[in-house]
Amino acid sequence: MAPMKLYGMPLSPNVVRVAAALNEKGLDFEIVPVDLRTGAHKQPEFLALNPFGQIPALQDGDEVLYESRAINRYIATKYKAQGPDLVPTPSAKLEVWLEVESHHFYPAVSPLVFQLLIKPMLGGAPDAAVVDKHADQLAKVLDVYEAHLAQNKYLAGDEFTLADLNHMPYLVYLVKTSKAELVASRPHVKAWWEDIAKRPAFHKTVAQIPFPAAA
Amino acid sequence: MAPMKLYGWVVSPWMARVRVCLEEAGAAYEVVPMSRSGGDHRRPEHLARNPFGQIPVLEDGDLTLYQSRAIARYILRKHKPELLHEGDLAGSAAVDVWVEVEAHQLEPVILPIVVNCIIAQYVGQERDQAVVDENLAKLKKVLEVYEARLSGSRYLAGDDVTAADLCHFGFMRYFMATEYAGVVDAYPRFKGWWEALVARPTVKKVMASMPPDFGFGSGNIP
Repeated sequence: MAPMKLYGMPLSPNVVRVAAALNEKGLDFEIVPVDLRTGAHKQPEFLALNPFGQIPALQDGDEVLYESRAINRYIATKYKAQGPDLVPTPSAKLEVWLEVESHHFYPAVSPLVFQLLIKPMLGGAPDAAVVDKHADQLAKVLDVYEAHLAQNKYLAGDEFTLADLNHMPYLVYLVKTSKAELVASRPHVKAWWEDIAKRPAFHKTVAQIPFPAAA
Repeated sequence: MAPMKLYGWVVSPWMARVRVCLEEAGAAYEVVPMSRSGGDHRRPEHLARNPFGQIPVLEDGDLTLYQSRAIARYILRKHKPELLHEGDLAGSAAVDVWVEVEAHQLEPVILPIVVNCIIAQYVGQERDQAVVDENLAKLKKVLEVYEARLSGSRYLAGDDVTAADLCHFGFMRYFMATEYAGVVDAYPRFKGWWEALVARPTVKKVMASMPPDFGFGSGNIP
């Protein structure tokens, strides 16, 4: 079976989201670079894979998918019996927390990570007003997580699932920023993050992220 | 079996997303009306149901769920899994991609247009035409992709309606009530897909309780 192809920049958290799922399942894949800085994502060759011109895209034989969360559902479903089951049933709570990541966590954390980590890498400076706004937003979201994780070991209950995994790329970036205290100051969120970050598959994923050397 | 309870205000596009799925699934449910202007969603009894203080919320026996797409998946998995293409890997992947596309490509550009063009005037806000224009430009680019997709199949995830199509109803209903509805005329397959969706009896039933001005004009403030 040919290894899957994951198109994108290895530094992109949305690409890392898929890499994390592939590694949890022990799957072979290659990252095919699509350099946003050269506009490769808007070229016809990439638009043939994702007509919305965004990374990641995944190629599995004849199957081409985009939208990282849809890609991850596909990986979790196709390889359900291999490695930990990331989409167990019954699944109501899992579905809720998959959506909570997408519509509460991500909209708050993504602009924060962009301002504090990615923009400086591109030679820009963080916009303090944007940082403050999204830090406040994320704080309120993580208060809900704190209460939930006081009653649940993992987001969907007793076991690690796709709901936890989908948070990992932005968490590993967040804790490298000056806003790491958003996690560190919430004991249950902190304990949950430290637990999931210890997973061997995630170590493998993080080792492949080309973080720039510290200044 | 007691009917499911769906909490919220029926003019909400998020409520509509869930209601079309309930109707398509033929599932027994009752709406528990809530008042947005009365702040029902911020009261402790609602925060106990949804700590994010939003609607819709579904109660099914002991289960309480929130996030409209999670509720939709739960209902369809239980009552009409074929609308998720359950058991068909490629088919379910197509549904999942287009549910995500609606969430991350379409809804974020429709929402500001609807808020500025329909709601702003009723809540004492200035319409921001620059925001409307910026999002209309993005919308046209997104609709090009939908048009190409619908050139290959009658519906977004194949030739039959699925959760992917149904998830689009609520927001599109309000976009099509703005002065910019004519934008879709340049995308004939998209327009035909939309017309087929609103011709469904289940969709008509849900739309009947969604006036184009959210009820503000008739004094039925949500």
